Amino acid sequence: MKKKTTLFSTLIGVMMFFGLWQLLALLIDRPILPAPTVVVPLFFAHFFGELGLHFLASAARVLAAITLATLFAAPLGLLLGQMPRVDRVLSPLIAIIYPIPKIIFLPVIYVLMGISDFSKITLIAIIIFFQILVVVRDEASGLKRELILSVKSLGAGRRALFRYVYLPASLPAVLTALRVSVGTAVAVLFIAEQSLTSYGLGYYIVIETYQVLLYPEMYTGIMGMGLLGVLLYFALYTIELKVSRHRFVE
Amino acid sequence: MKIPSPPSFWPIERFSEMIEVDALGFRYGDGPALFADFTFTIGRGEAWTVIGPSGCGKTTLLYLIAGLQTPGGGEIRIGGEKITRARPSTGLVLQDHGLLPWATILENTRLGLRIRKFYGPDGKHSPPDLQIDAEKDGQRVDYWLHWLGIEHLKEKYPVQLSRGQRQRAAIARTLVLEPDLLLMDEPFSALDAPIREELQGVMNTFHKESGLTSLTVTHDIEEAVVLGEKILVLDNRCNLVPQIIDNHLSGEIDSRAAPEFRRRCLELRELLADGGNRQNGGSRLRE
Repeated sequence: MKKKTTLFSTLIGVMMFFGLWQLLALLIDRPILPAPTVVVPLFFAHFFGELGLHFLASAARVLAAITLATLFAAPLGLLLGQMPRVDRVLSPLIAIIYPIPKIIFLPVIYVLMGISDFSKITLIAIIIFFQILVVVRDEASGLKRELILSVKSLGAGRRALFRYVYLPASLPAVLTALRVSVGTAVAVLFIAEQSLTSYGLGYYIVIETYQVLLYPEMYTGIMGMGLLGVLLYFALYTIELKVSRHRFVE
Repeated sequence: MKIPSPPSFWPIERFSEMIEVDALGFRYGDGPALFADFTFTIGRGEAWTVIGPSGCGKTTLLYLIAGLQTPGGGEIRIGGEKITRARPSTGLVLQDHGLLPWATILENTRLGLRIRKFYGPDGKHSPPDLQIDAEKDGQRVDYWLHWLGIEHLKEKYPVQLSRGQRQRAAIARTLVLEPDLLLMDEPFSALDAPIREELQGVMNTFHKESGLTSLTVTHDIEEAVVLGEKILVLDNRCNLVPQIIDNHLSGEIDSRAAPEFRRRCLELRELLADGGNRQNGGSRLRE
């Protein structure tokens, strides 16, 4: 059984985070680390302007990548989980590709697909794709034979098995996979957004602020990207709590 | 809560034979034959147990009757109809309860009804004369949860229940579908002795009240005697001629200590050991 994150523990975490930041800013006392008392008001001032647009562009890319990856990986994972023979053939390949950091294919994808939004989204989708694929496959193949047999004995054929067993069994797996890979997705987004785009937090942080030494503004971008990761994480976590209540029962 | 009266569910008896196993042959792949020309008949309303050493094919026989395995030779008829696939009105309870871990006990108990609704009365996945009546279905679910003493747990998840309670939920889920035949594969063997005996008592009462035809696979000699009006003893070698013991002691869970009960257990044990000796060159069978 998993431990629940509560609103209270989140608040404590946020307070500790800003406290530590303030402390470090005082200790280091250089322009590269402005205090949160400077950055936070600036963040709110800019968020409802230009910064907000960068935030939306980044969020849209991640969400598109998540959707794309889920659409391809979840059904394929289910299929592999149900077909052990095919899985035995493909699993060595998946095992090799899985740990490779997919970001290294960035130049290849750019050359093949052009430096567009779609190629950036594809790159992130590939990363999430393997995470979901592996988790859903394991979840589907981990279902006990007896569970399948007894549901079959209640009259279930292929379609009902999918609807009442495989789908509900893999949905929590998809959410867990997304939640743990959303951090990597945002990190890759940061790198991908540094080339040939005019909106996106990665672009804002590196091109528009860092390279022109606007450190406090740069931190509003960093805060935006951090917020994006945190929001996605907790959104997924909230859905997970609803969907897989049985994993959190006392 | 008002509990509705027990449903009158077993359909009109057209045949006195419920299950006819006719010249059955079966083997796994190239393995040794488990059954060859094996024939016996189970009458309607009878409670049978099947006992034998591991690997003798007792679970296989149950799966064959359930339509989850296909015979290599011969055929099995239930109510006069040849079995070619899982039959919608056969109820099956396995050793591992097989409850969905992500669904509450109530949702699990309703699962079979939802599956029937999903397909409609197609005769393949659900009975052709299926009538969907949400109110009656709900009453039946309540009835069986109450009858099995787990109605207070219906909002819980399987992980929150004890093994015995989970097995009760699995039985409720099966009975809600009003089967005309109940098959159980070592349903209580993973349970502690007191819980096991309690559930054996529950099944005795159930059989008396419902008169449902049932077949329970077990490796436990006492359980075979407690639950089976007839006991089919299987052998580790290829099963050719069925050994069937008529057992009037079934349904008497409280008479376990009676000399007659002990004698019957001993008789069964010798029969099993005999088969085992022939097969394994003298190694003793475990109970």
